[in-house]
Amino acid sequence: MSRNALPVLTVVLAIFLLWYIAAIFLNAAWAHDKATRSGEVLTTHTLVADTWSQEKPKLPAPHQVGAEIWKTTVEKKVTSKRSLIYHSWVTLSATLLGFALGTGLGIALAVGIVYNRTMDMSVMPWVIASQTIPILAIAPMIIVVLNAVGISGLLPKAMISMYLSFFPVVVGMVKGLRSPDTMQLDQMRTWNTSPAQMFWRLRLPCSMPFLFTSLKVAMAASLVGAIVGELPTGAVAGLGARLLAGSYYGQTIQIWSALIMAAALAAALVALIGFFQRMTLKRMGMA
Amino acid sequence: MQNAAVQMPETVPGQSVISAHHLDLTFQTNDGPVHALKDVSLEVAKGEFVSFIGPSGCGKTTFLRCMADLEHPTGGEITVNGVSPEDARKARAYGYVFQAAGLYPWRTIGGNVRLPLEIMGYSKAEQVERVARVLELVELAGFENKFPWQLSGGMQQRASIARALAFDADILLMDEPFGALDEIVRDHLNEQLLKLWARTQKTIAFVTHSIPEAVYLSTKIVVMSPRPGRITDVIDSPLPLDRPLDIRDTPEFLEVAHRVREGLRAGHSDE
Repeated sequence: MSRNALPVLTVVLAIFLLWYIAAIFLNAAWAHDKATRSGEVLTTHTLVADTWSQEKPKLPAPHQVGAEIWKTTVEKKVTSKRSLIYHSWVTLSATLLGFALGTGLGIALAVGIVYNRTMDMSVMPWVIASQTIPILAIAPMIIVVLNAVGISGLLPKAMISMYLSFFPVVVGMVKGLRSPDTMQLDQMRTWNTSPAQMFWRLRLPCSMPFLFTSLKVAMAASLVGAIVGELPTGAVAGLGARLLAGSYYGQTIQIWSALIMAAALAAALVALIGFFQRMTLKRMGMA
Repeated sequence: MQNAAVQMPETVPGQSVISAHHLDLTFQTNDGPVHALKDVSLEVAKGEFVSFIGPSGCGKTTFLRCMADLEHPTGGEITVNGVSPEDARKARAYGYVFQAAGLYPWRTIGGNVRLPLEIMGYSKAEQVERVARVLELVELAGFENKFPWQLSGGMQQRASIARALAFDADILLMDEPFGALDEIVRDHLNEQLLKLWARTQKTIAFVTHSIPEAVYLSTKIVVMSPRPGRITDVIDSPLPLDRPLDIRDTPEFLEVAHRVREGLRAGHSDE
């Protein structure tokens, strides 16, 4: 653990350093503008101090984002519309539901593709085609169509998450369910194994390493889907709404804090899957 | 569990367990037909230990796979326990041991041996009893809760034999089971296999390309040759059933080995 700490810390420090330097250069123009109007003369020191503390900077400094996150998570009640925890929860619930639906759909399609020749020949091209459509183009239509039939709120966003997350699961599980070799299949055949037993006792366990890898990709895609799904709903709630509202009013600090929150959420979710992966594969004697 | 062995005709000693008549198997490939088996006829009596020996491409494995209903002959007839290989497979009449142990990495040794029993619907109590018994038989008692990667190659192959013995198949089909193991381990396993055979009274069909192994183990040695795959010689071993490892230095043993070698050479000369 401590062996890894030093390189990681070095990289983090380098990022912060670059971030602060970039903030000076990007926000300097506005600082000079202000100074000219009020007739002040900027020293290097006051310039740097100003670029790191503007209200609507082009690039907020890390401590500004940090302070904003602190203010909107710890100092606000979670029920408040201004709480980032509240907005994260809105996005997280859509992400998790979409992820669950996407995983279910993905596994079902993969089983169909592996076991049914017609599906094998016909479904995969459509699955791939579905992913070539830009999600930003199709997301508003899903929201509008579902709204027209009276479905709104969580489910439309989850549908968009599902749309993005089923794909890696299908691809991974088709490969995983086909991973038993000829000898393993022959061995099962000599015991006169039924197709159901073949699935539960050979194909499914064989596919586990593939499944977990797919789930990690699917989880990240789900989060993107949920955020994208929040954009066309008029920015009511969720991290996507915070991003959109922030860009309406030039609240860059708010945008960045929502971005960091989304990244942290994604990292936590993927790490959680990684944990289950290690647990499962260890129990199965495969890790 | 409905064991279809009940429906099968009683096999009396001396009666054929495996019976092939003019068996043909031709694979259609892009380079034209390949005659994997041509006009193969053989009778294997109950309780025999039959070895199939020959160079690669002679059809020895294909013949074994025909008995197991894993390949389908294009001509001739084959019966196993008096019925078609398909019916025999469905009646779980044989245990098949592949060249690689093929244990499932996510199951313990006990779990692997239990797998066919689970599939065949044995009761929990009987599963436990049988797993313990066959692991004892292959001298792997105490390794039940180990995972395959924790065992050596020879031990893995023994576990795979235990798995084939776990249900009551009276035929054991073995496809070069010790081919990937070193000489010393192989000697040890050969000795164990003979003891196992004596204790269980099974009919064993054993594919190998080692002459000493074939001669040491078998009561009947079937020499095969390639292109087309066919039987060139069938040798009934004159060796006694009680065979210590040093029987391999006796003149009788060397004489049989010589005849096998001659058979293999004859098969090659007419290419």
